[in-house]
Amino acid sequence: MNPSDDKQPVKKVCIIVSRGSLDGVYPALIMANGARMEGIEASLFFTFFGLNALVKKTLDHLKVATVGNPAMNMAMPMLGMPMTMPFPTWMGGLPGISAFATGLMNKKMEELDIPPVGEFLELISDSGGKIFACKLAMDMFKLKQEDLSDRVDGVLTVGQFYEESAGEGTHILFT
Amino acid sequence: MNKEIAGTTVDVNEEGYLTDMSQWNEAIAAAIASEEGVGPLGDGHWKVIRYLREQQAKGAALTIRSMGKSGIVTTKELYDLFPGGPLKKSSKIAGIPKPVGCI
Repeated sequence: MNPSDDKQPVKKVCIIVSRGSLDGVYPALIMANGARMEGIEASLFFTFFGLNALVKKTLDHLKVATVGNPAMNMAMPMLGMPMTMPFPTWMGGLPGISAFATGLMNKKMEELDIPPVGEFLELISDSGGKIFACKLAMDMFKLKQEDLSDRVDGVLTVGQFYEESAGEGTHILFT
Repeated sequence: MNKEIAGTTVDVNEEGYLTDMSQWNEAIAAAIASEEGVGPLGDGHWKVIRYLREQQAKGAALTIRSMGKSGIVTTKELYDLFPGGPLKKSSKIAGIPKPVGCI
């Protein structure tokens, strides 16, 4: 057997997004868009705090967590200091720090041509990617579909999400 | 390495992308397109191909977002014109290097 024969291509990725911070949401959006660019089917299932990325009022206001984030350092929010210098949690808790760090990151992302969340959802949707919200989380947060971006393809139960994910070569990722 | 496409010998890399964009011509584009399952090439395709070559000549980094904002083509149209990898396939047909970005 040719060694390349057992390399089954990824045909579809279904990404579950359960976190609602900037750094919790962007990797999923980038992976989904990247999949479409490679000709791979992609769907996103937003649950729990991830719903913040779909709610019209919050989707373009996601923040970086500056508290309780031990990986945060003085280089990360583009402060130009070394990565070895920690960003103390007490500092992260000061008023406006999370917004400040978020602003710096958004600016950097724009330079790299990474769109804001709302535009990113449009890009993924236009590319044929599917965007779903979790029914149970919607009920829990008392949200209705009209509260969500109009690029949302539907509100699904867990069972419906697995049905949507059917097919050989599908990968389900949890973020 | 060398490859003969549409009667012309051109330099390509191991993935079949032209390594010298000046060796490109429209017949080569049509031949690569049919190999990639794209086309037949119509006005919409040519507009994208010409735009890609202009941008490459300027040294601009190409992203799917910048294509959608170019005014040349919408994101949806780009995916319809070059199914199965819009930026990758259009770049290959346009005789420019494979885009290296993640966006």
